Amino acid sequence: MLHKRNPQLNAHGELIHLLSIEGLPREVLTGILDTAGTFLSVNDREVKKVPLLRGKSVFNLFFENSTRTRTTFEIAAKRLSADVINLDIARSSTAKGESLLDTIANLSAMHADMFVVRHGESGAPYLIAQHCAPHVHVVNAGDGRHAHPTQGLLDMYTIRHYKRDFTQLTVAIVGDIVHSRVARSDIHALTTLGVPEIRAVGPKTLVPGDLGAMGVRVCHDMADGIRDADVVIMLRLQNERMSGAMLPSAAEFSMNYGLTPDKLALARPDVIVMHPGPINRGVEIASAVADGTHSVILPQVSFGIAVRMAVMSIIAGNEA
Amino acid sequence: MSDLTLDAEALYRELLAGVRDLWRPGMVLLGIWSGGAWLAERLHADLGLAGRPGLISSTLHRDDFQARGLAGGTDATRIPYPVDGADILLVDDVLFTGRTIRAVLNELFDFGRPERVTLAVLVDRGGRELPIQAVLAAARITLPASQRLTLARTEQGSFTFSLRESG
Repeated sequence: MLHKRNPQLNAHGELIHLLSIEGLPREVLTGILDTAGTFLSVNDREVKKVPLLRGKSVFNLFFENSTRTRTTFEIAAKRLSADVINLDIARSSTAKGESLLDTIANLSAMHADMFVVRHGESGAPYLIAQHCAPHVHVVNAGDGRHAHPTQGLLDMYTIRHYKRDFTQLTVAIVGDIVHSRVARSDIHALTTLGVPEIRAVGPKTLVPGDLGAMGVRVCHDMADGIRDADVVIMLRLQNERMSGAMLPSAAEFSMNYGLTPDKLALARPDVIVMHPGPINRGVEIASAVADGTHSVILPQVSFGIAVRMAVMSIIAGNEA
Repeated sequence: MSDLTLDAEALYRELLAGVRDLWRPGMVLLGIWSGGAWLAERLHADLGLAGRPGLISSTLHRDDFQARGLAGGTDATRIPYPVDGADILLVDDVLFTGRTIRAVLNELFDFGRPERVTLAVLVDRGGRELPIQAVLAAARITLPASQRLTLARTEQGSFTFSLRESG
């Protein structure tokens, strides 16, 4: 059988690109989380900047719009002293017919050191990583329905921050799982870090059938899904990705699967509620929960910057 | 191992005596991760100081980041006193090229502007590549650049030195 090396790792097993959490060893994941802890404390300093990427150019290539994710990557790169170039690719060269690899070749000729890529097609960041120069590093900021590894990592950082140990937890992921690259990245990360019970909760049309094979318990009943959970991760109902009649209506979804204080009372008393944002208040999550004492949605955003700083500094310090 | 034997405990007693001599009222300790932090903790106890000593890491300001990445450990700097106006005794186990001290000084200034920084080390092994000197060194020796001298701490808290050829 032919074994291909994981394209994210060099011959020494060190991370050189971050494309997906799938296939990354536990030590690599915990190394990123430990490093993120260091960067979180940078926010407490008088000078909130460290020189690790001084003189390096980070290109944010967003073929899909995402103000929030792009901004957190931009802040992270700037805190590491990199020069950041934001390219609104969706409205520029691709629209003029340039191929993805031609775009990358042109940007490489502008001496890029790192590409942060969001693309509607699954696998696009892999293609870029395979074709860019050896000194260039690639971070996947979300590709199609496939992966969103930095969101997965910041979710793990958040869980570890509040719960310390992964090996006793029950984690429920609720909502539009079929369209969610966040759910896939979370499931791979939770599995690698040793979470014994992962539940995917939602209607049959939004919870893919192959999840059982990933070691996930599928629950179509909300009460079953969140009972005694330590962590509830709510996903956004992705209206813009919804093609065909997958749901009778958002109102019906909200009634059955929207997280309200009543439903949350079924979870453990110290449950934390997470959401990758942006939240649809009154659809997948009630305001009373989003703003309530169990919610860690805003800390997730702060942790996201530290986690992205960790990822960028780790891959920039390793050679292909 | 070479023929050289360094009694780390005896050197620590000399360091402690030297620190007592140069100690000024209001001074604070800052140990460099990891060996210097152990020394600072023990000095802190032996000097009968209140509170906790500071701990500082060179990781985020190292000049060999491109070659080594973040290999130097990720222990964050923790300074439990205001840096602005502080009279700091910076402590490390081994002073060699001076590059760690340079990185640590950059790190320190990200937290404020100290009044004064004085450097004390257990061993100055020569081989400086930057204009940095320790005011106090319990031993001054010369070692070949190929050798690596590191401090270790036993579970009981006593110090030992190991000397190896660097790979």
